[in-house]
Amino acid sequence: MNALNGQSENCAPQGPGDFCLTCLLSSGALLLAIGASFAYLDIEFGALFSHESAAGMGDFVVSFFPPDISPGLLYKTAYGALQTFAVAAIGTLLAALLGGLLALPAAGRLGAAPRQLARFALNLLRSVPELVWATLMVLAAGLGPFAGTLALALHTTGVLGRLFAEAIENAPPLAETSLRESGSGSAAAFFYGTLPLVWPQFIAYSLYRLEMNIRMAAVLGFVGAGGLGQMLYFHLSIFQQAQAATVLAAMLVLVLIVDGLSHLLRGRLAG
Amino acid sequence: MALVTHQLGLEHGNGLRALHGLELKLSIGERVAVIGPSGAGKTSLIRLLGCALRPTAGRLELFGANPWQLSAGDLRRLRTRIGTIHQAPPIPPRLRVITAVLAGRLGRWPAWKGLLSLLYPADISGAQQALARLDLADRLFDRCDRLSGGQLQRVGIARVLYQQPELILADEPVSALDPTLADAAVGQIVAEAEQRGATVLASLHAVDLALKWFPRVIGLRGGELAFDLPAAQVSREMLSELYASEGSVVPTQGNHPIALQAFGDGGEARVLRIDNSRGLG
Amino acid sequence: MSGAQVVALPMETTLRDPDARRRLGAVLFALVVLWPLLQLAEFHPAVLFEAGNLNVMTGFLAGFLPPARSPEFLGLLLKATLETLAIATAGITLALLIAAPLAVIATRALSVASIGPGPGRWRGHALRTSCRALLTVLRAIPEIVWALMFVRVLGLGPAAGVLALAITYGGMLGKVYTEILESTDTRPARALLAGGSGRLGALAYGLLPNAAQELTSYTVYRWECAVRASVIMGFVGAGGLGQLMDQSMKMLNGGEASSILLVFLLLVLLADAISAGLRKALA
Repeated sequence: MNALNGQSENCAPQGPGDFCLTCLLSSGALLLAIGASFAYLDIEFGALFSHESAAGMGDFVVSFFPPDISPGLLYKTAYGALQTFAVAAIGTLLAALLGGLLALPAAGRLGAAPRQLARFALNLLRSVPELVWATLMVLAAGLGPFAGTLALALHTTGVLGRLFAEAIENAPPLAETSLRESGSGSAAAFFYGTLPLVWPQFIAYSLYRLEMNIRMAAVLGFVGAGGLGQMLYFHLSIFQQAQAATVLAAMLVLVLIVDGLSHLLRGRLAG
Repeated sequence: MALVTHQLGLEHGNGLRALHGLELKLSIGERVAVIGPSGAGKTSLIRLLGCALRPTAGRLELFGANPWQLSAGDLRRLRTRIGTIHQAPPIPPRLRVITAVLAGRLGRWPAWKGLLSLLYPADISGAQQALARLDLADRLFDRCDRLSGGQLQRVGIARVLYQQPELILADEPVSALDPTLADAAVGQIVAEAEQRGATVLASLHAVDLALKWFPRVIGLRGGELAFDLPAAQVSREMLSELYASEGSVVPTQGNHPIALQAFGDGGEARVLRIDNSRGLG
Repeated sequence: MSGAQVVALPMETTLRDPDARRRLGAVLFALVVLWPLLQLAEFHPAVLFEAGNLNVMTGFLAGFLPPARSPEFLGLLLKATLETLAIATAGITLALLIAAPLAVIATRALSVASIGPGPGRWRGHALRTSCRALLTVLRAIPEIVWALMFVRVLGLGPAAGVLALAITYGGMLGKVYTEILESTDTRPARALLAGGSGRLGALAYGLLPNAAQELTSYTVYRWECAVRASVIMGFVGAGGLGQLMDQSMKMLNGGEASSILLVFLLLVLLADAISAGLRKALA
């Protein structure tokens, strides 16, 4: 009953003096915003949940079953899954390398002006979503997985570069400064003094990002960047739901496998 | 002259005066121990002499040059001639022992050699010899985070032995070692210096080590010079005055009584029993 | 005085780095894995510098300056921006409607049957487990995949985006709501349930007083994510800024693309600021 007594203080009757005007106003504004949103979109929910529409939706869902498991499609799906993995892996690898390069100036190792410049570049790379990069890269490199790889690499460079720079800035500086005090060059001092402190973090961040990039790589195909996404887009656009179901299942399996592997690797690194 | 200071002083940003009006001359090949109670400014002195801190007053000359008036490149070359042994060796825990030792020569190696050495150690036998002198040759390929504090401190010494500097600065280099190992480690530093004619300045907690291995002893108290004498002329009164702030307890290795060579009475060595019940050692 | 001597090392064998073989093996293994991956990803950087691609890209990028700012395009842009915000807001609202009941069912702390344990606990357990499974399935598929499928059924337009957000974010919110409710002090709710109060009563008087702030804060954070997501979903035809950007890019209209990108970046910053402000006000 102690807990109840504790609660009763929160629920004490509120007099007129406790009347919360801002609460009321903000709730009102919130409701207004939600109402305005629905009004603006003008979605006919009546039609959406009407009998025919619901039946159509039901038919659509049913048409995904049973998934197509013909050997030809399975082979193509497996290839697509591998390609998606390759896009994510190469994209993340490139991003880790580029991010590492940009992290040095962004952590202020080359002076104040390069620091601002590198931070700006990293922020720009990061704030443009992967899918937008992918549409741009499809223009630059043509349709196919290479465009997806570049798109992932660009966005992830921004993310990893920033994380790497923070790791470098937060690393204890003593090991590196003591090397410089015995006359070693700045590059050597960094590699012997600071890198050994931060690289486990670099690897952990990169693996975590790889997990996210697998999901993203599966989707980038929608704008023509290869892999499972392109297959899904293709089959859905010609109303082959059974084939699409197979591709969806492959996406799910791929994501689960990579999650498991990455979890395993990170566990080993931490130990 | 290896090292000359004139009215050298250091004041920290918060107005705390760490060192004041220090006059010091070390000729090449000389070996000097610095002793004094904690807070006397021993570490500050070593950081100033190692060009890790800029003096706020006075002048410092290393090998005939004022380091803070050199160009960046010349300062770097000067620093490669100085090796500092830190009390807690600043070595990243994941580094392997061999890499930590080889890092001593990064200043003399071209950058590419230093980077390549991360992939395959550039000088295994050199590192092994340096470690063998400190009885650590068998840990050559271990990771530093698998070592005890004392072993790590010896890796730090091995790094500086491998660096082969002309001026060795040591900041309580054997504080984590037991008396036997400490004695041997200081002996190796001294032997290295004797062999190559290098100059040594070491701050030591244990006064008996300082008196045994160093011909000249400097007493530092409150950031100022208390005495600067040949070891043979250091007397009991000087020591107890130096350590007055610590109850005149003269710290030694373990709890052994301290032996002083020089006293007025006939030059006969006499053993002083000094109360070490406070557990300094 | 000097008892020291330099230890002469017996040099019976030249030492090798014992880790070298392992490192070499790792490098070789990496190369062996990397090569097929590069092939699969059709990694040909030279493509970037082929005359055709280079021309298209430079032409497109050259069009970025100046950004398009004709009145009718700006009108379109404003409409798309509002639409994006509306999709995010409406999507989160529907997600809330999906998540809240599921979370209430899935929360163990609100189960009357598990006190004691009383009658019907197996039924309750099964219900909770199936609720959790449903939440997992809802969020397992990315919102853009849902959007793609809804566009096939409902046609182009914001409805697909709203529904896709509702489903994925419903799953995410439901899972996190359950976690938040279970991580707070559940004793008040237990006491209320034991005293014969209903599930909703126990929720309102036992759990919400402690958890309301965290729940709201997480919802606001998710709204911020929904703004980004609704832009992305536009690329498969689910309305808003994304759809406009997709069209501009397909027509290689650099000026329009740069205007849209600028607005997108501003929108993301704005959503960040609103979300941070709201969450700070709550704390």
